[in-house]
Amino acid sequence: MHFAVIQFPGSNCDFDLLWAIRNVMGAEAKFVWHNEKSLEGFDGVLIPGGFSYGDYLRCGSIASFANIMPEIKGFASEGKPVLGICNGFQILIEAGLLPGALIRNNTLKFVSKWQPLQVNNLTKFSSEFAENEIINLPIAHGEGQYIADEKTLSNLQENNQIAFTYEDENPNGSLRNIAGITNSSGNVLGMMPHPERAVEELLGGTDGKKVFASILKNFCEDCF
Amino acid sequence: MTIEVSPEEIYKRKIYREWGLTDEEYLKIKEEILGGRLPNFTETGMYAVMWSEHCCYKNSKPLLKKLPTEGEHILMGPGEGAGVVDIGDDLAVVFKIESHNHPSYVEPYEGAATGSGGIIRDIFSIGARPIAILDSLRFGQVDNGKTRHIMDQVTAGIAGYGNCIGIPTVGGEIAFDESYAGNPLVNVLCVGLIKHEHVQKGQAKGVGNSIIYVGAKTGRDGIHGASFASKEFGSGNETQRSAVQVGDPFMEKLLLEACLELIHNHNEILVGIQDMGAAGLVSSTSEMASKAGSGVCLNLDKVPQRETSMIPYEMMLSESQERMVLCVKKDHEKEVIALFKKYDLDAINIGKVTNDGLYTLYHKGKKVAELPVDSLVEDAPVYYRKSRVPRRIKEFATCKEFIPEIEDATETFKELLAQPTIASKRSIYETYDSRVMTNTVVAPGSDAAVLRVRGTQKALAMTTDCNQRYLYLNPEIGAQIAVGEAARNIVASGARPLAITNCLNFGNPEKPEQFWELSTAVDGISESCRVLNTPVISGNVSLYNETNGSPVFPTPVIGMVGLIEELDHITTQSFKAAGDLIYLIGETRNDFAGSELQKMITGDIFGIVKFDLLEEKENQDLVLTAIQKGLVKSAHDLSEGGFGVALAESAFEGKFGLSVEFNRTTAQLFSETQGRFLLSISTHKEKEFEELFGEKAVKLGRVTDDGVLFIKTSDDLVELQTHQAYDIYEGAIPNLMKQNQ
Repeated sequence: MHFAVIQFPGSNCDFDLLWAIRNVMGAEAKFVWHNEKSLEGFDGVLIPGGFSYGDYLRCGSIASFANIMPEIKGFASEGKPVLGICNGFQILIEAGLLPGALIRNNTLKFVSKWQPLQVNNLTKFSSEFAENEIINLPIAHGEGQYIADEKTLSNLQENNQIAFTYEDENPNGSLRNIAGITNSSGNVLGMMPHPERAVEELLGGTDGKKVFASILKNFCEDCF
Repeated sequence: MTIEVSPEEIYKRKIYREWGLTDEEYLKIKEEILGGRLPNFTETGMYAVMWSEHCCYKNSKPLLKKLPTEGEHILMGPGEGAGVVDIGDDLAVVFKIESHNHPSYVEPYEGAATGSGGIIRDIFSIGARPIAILDSLRFGQVDNGKTRHIMDQVTAGIAGYGNCIGIPTVGGEIAFDESYAGNPLVNVLCVGLIKHEHVQKGQAKGVGNSIIYVGAKTGRDGIHGASFASKEFGSGNETQRSAVQVGDPFMEKLLLEACLELIHNHNEILVGIQDMGAAGLVSSTSEMASKAGSGVCLNLDKVPQRETSMIPYEMMLSESQERMVLCVKKDHEKEVIALFKKYDLDAINIGKVTNDGLYTLYHKGKKVAELPVDSLVEDAPVYYRKSRVPRRIKEFATCKEFIPEIEDATETFKELLAQPTIASKRSIYETYDSRVMTNTVVAPGSDAAVLRVRGTQKALAMTTDCNQRYLYLNPEIGAQIAVGEAARNIVASGARPLAITNCLNFGNPEKPEQFWELSTAVDGISESCRVLNTPVISGNVSLYNETNGSPVFPTPVIGMVGLIEELDHITTQSFKAAGDLIYLIGETRNDFAGSELQKMITGDIFGIVKFDLLEEKENQDLVLTAIQKGLVKSAHDLSEGGFGVALAESAFEGKFGLSVEFNRTTAQLFSETQGRFLLSISTHKEKEFEELFGEKAVKLGRVTDDGVLFIKTSDDLVELQTHQAYDIYEGAIPNLMKQNQ
C-alpha cells in the first residue's frame, strides 16, 4: 500500500509519520508537497500534525485551500482512506471533509502528555483494537476542543463515527470526550492524539500501530 | 524612525555615549582606526553594537581564555555559531546555550520566544538538524502578580515558539529567588545532530562570491538590542520595547528546512552561512569576512525591507528575527534563489566578497560606510576590570555552622516538597511538546532528558544545571558544583558526559565585586571541566543583569550533553519494582549552607559551601560502570532537599512505597552534600553490586508496594502515604500561580 504524506509549510510531524509507516509498519510512503496537483499512484493519504502556515489564522484554514486539497477531496469521495492527525484533523474539518469544529482547549493552554483513550473498534481505522479497549497515545495541541451541534453529535454517535474518546480526564473540554471521528462513509478519520508517536516500545508504547494496521487491513485488498 | 545626525554633531554632542560607546572608545575609532576622520552616523552605530559586551566580550574575554576548550572528541570549539562533538558513526552533536534576559523582562512572551529562535538558528547554521530544546529559567519569588505574569508569559513564549517550529522541549530547570524579580533569566539550550561532512563555517571568502540574504524582511525592531543587553536595567528601560524583537516560528521553520536542504544537497556551492542574531546584518557579514580575511561590499538598496524609508543605520542594526546570511559561489545564485522560492522565502543577492579587507556599504548610489572589517570584529577594546571580594563573602567565612533543628520530620518533609524550586514543574512542561520528532525516550520529569539517535544503538542525555545559592555563598565552589551536578544528572541517566556549554549570567563587570564573582566562577567551571573531562565547546556571556543597582545572584548555567553507548543503559530516576533494594552512594555530611532546608527555615542563606570534586568524580565513575554492567534499576542524583526528597521523587511515578532506615539525623536526611546518588537494584544483583562499590554504597532499605513512604532516622520518623506526598509535590506550583494578585 502506497501512502502519501502531505507536507504543508509548517507541518512538523511529517517526518515522524513517514518513519512510522516505512520503518515500523513496513509499508511504502512518500512526501507530497502542498502545491502538487495529483495523488496518482497512492492508496492512502496521511495529513500530519504541525502548524500549517503557522496557524496564524484559524488552525488548518489556509491549508484547506492548498492546491492538493481538491485532489484529497476527490480521493476521499472514491472511498479511499484519508487520515488527519492533530493539525491534519483541523485541516480536514476546515476542508469540510469532517463535521464540527476544533477550538481552543478549555484550559487555554497547550497540552502535551500521554493520554488514555477508549476505542470504538467498529471503524475501519480501529478494527484491530479490542472492543472498548483502553489505550495510551500522546496528545500535543492547543486547539483540540471538539464541538458540534447536538444533532451532529447524535448522528456521529448513532453511525459509529466516534472512533476515540478521552478516558479519565478530558484534557481539552471536547464534547462527549471526542478525540477522533470518521466521516459518514467511514473512510476519513480525524484525530487529535498522535498514533505515529506510539509505535515503538523504546518511546513509551505501541498502541498507535493498531491504527495503521487497521488501515492496512481494511483498505488494502492485496496487502495481506 | 531615526533621524541621521552629522558626524560633527555626533562628535560635539557626544551622541555616541547614548549608544554605549565611551569617550576613549570613540577616540580610538576616530584616531587609530579612521586616521582622524570622524565616523558618520551609520559607522558610529555599527561600532557601538559591535563593540558592545554582548558582541565582543570586551569585559569577559580575558576570563574566557581560562576555560578548557579542547578534547579528543571535540570537532569544533567556541568561535562558530555552536560547538561540535563527535559521537561516532560519522555523527556529531552540536549544542549551545544563549540568554535572552533583558527582553524577557520588558516583553516576556516575545523575549522568550525570540530567545528560542536565535539559538535554533545558531544550531542549523552549523548544518545540524535541531533535535531538542532545554530552558533554564530564573524568576523572583512567586508571591506577586508581576512575577506570575512574567513566568506565565515566558513559558508561553517558549511553548509558542518550540511547539510551532516542531522541535521538542525536553528539559531544563526553573528556580526562584528574590534577586531575579526585576531581572529574570531566560537561557535556552539547543541541541542538534549532524553528519561530519555537513559541518559549516560562518565565512565569506573567495573574491567575487555572492553575499545572499535569506529569510524574513528587515524592520525597525530590535535596533540596539545588543547594546541594550550590555547595560544595567533602571526603571525607565522597562518601556524600551523597540529593543525587543518579535518572533515568527513559522518563518523560522521554513528557513530551517530551506537551509538544511541547501547544506545537505548543494554543499558544493555554499561557502559559508551564518545567522543574523545580535547586531543583525553588520555582525553576521563582518564576522564572516573577518574570519576569512576578506572584505565585503554590500548594496543596501537590495536588502528586503519591511518598512518604508529605512536608513542604512537602521538596516545594519536591526535585529529582526528569522534572517540568515549565505556566501555562495559566483554564478550559482540562481540555484539558491530557486530553492528558497519553494519555501516562499526571499533570497536576495546583496553584495560581494572583496579582497580589500574593507567593510563597504552603498545606499542609493552613495558610499555610506567604509571601514576596515577587522576593526569591527577584532579591534574592540579588551578590559581587565578591577576585582574585589564582596564583603558578604568574608562574613560567610566566619559564620558558625548551621545545624537545623527539626521538630516534626513528616511536616518538614511535606513542607520541603512544596518549595517551588523542588516541587513538580509538570504544569509548565506539559505545555511544551516534548515528543515531536519521535526521538524522546526520557521526557521532562527525570534527571536528564534522553533522545535516541536513529540508525544507531546510541542515545544522547542532556541537562541544564546551576544552583545559584551556592554561588552566592562561594562563586568558585558553587560553579564547580554546577558542573558537577550537571554531570551527575547525565551519569544517572546512563551517559558519559561529553562536553558543556555555559551561559554566564552576572551583574555589572565594571563593579569590582561583580567582576570578582564572574572571575572566580570561571575558575570553578574550569576546574570541574578539567577533572570531569568535559571541555567547554560554546557559550554565552550575559552581564549587566542588575536592576536599579542590585545584581542577580551569580548564575553560570551549565548545559551538558552525554553519550549513552547502548540503548539498554538508559536509566531513569523512578523505582521499577517492589522488593528492589535502595542504596545511597556517597557520604552524607552536615551540608546545610545554601540548602533548601536552610532557606525554608531561616528565610535566608549563609555559611560555608563545601565540595569534594574528586569524590564526585569517583562516585560518578562507579555509578556509570554499575549502570553499564546492568546492575542498576533506577538512579537519581541528590540535589535540593537531599536524600529525603530524592526518595519521594523516585517513588512517585510507580506509586510505590518505601521502607528506609537512615542511620543519621532527620536534618541530615535533607542535607545537600554533593556527589551522591540514590540507586535501586534487584535483590539478585546485590552481591555483584556491593563488590563493585565496597564501602561507597550503603544499603538503606527497600521499595515496597504498600504506597507508604516510611523513613526512620536516628532521631525521628517520616511516615506518609505516597499519594499524599505526590499531591503536595504536584499541587504546589499550580496553587501559587492561581493566587489573584
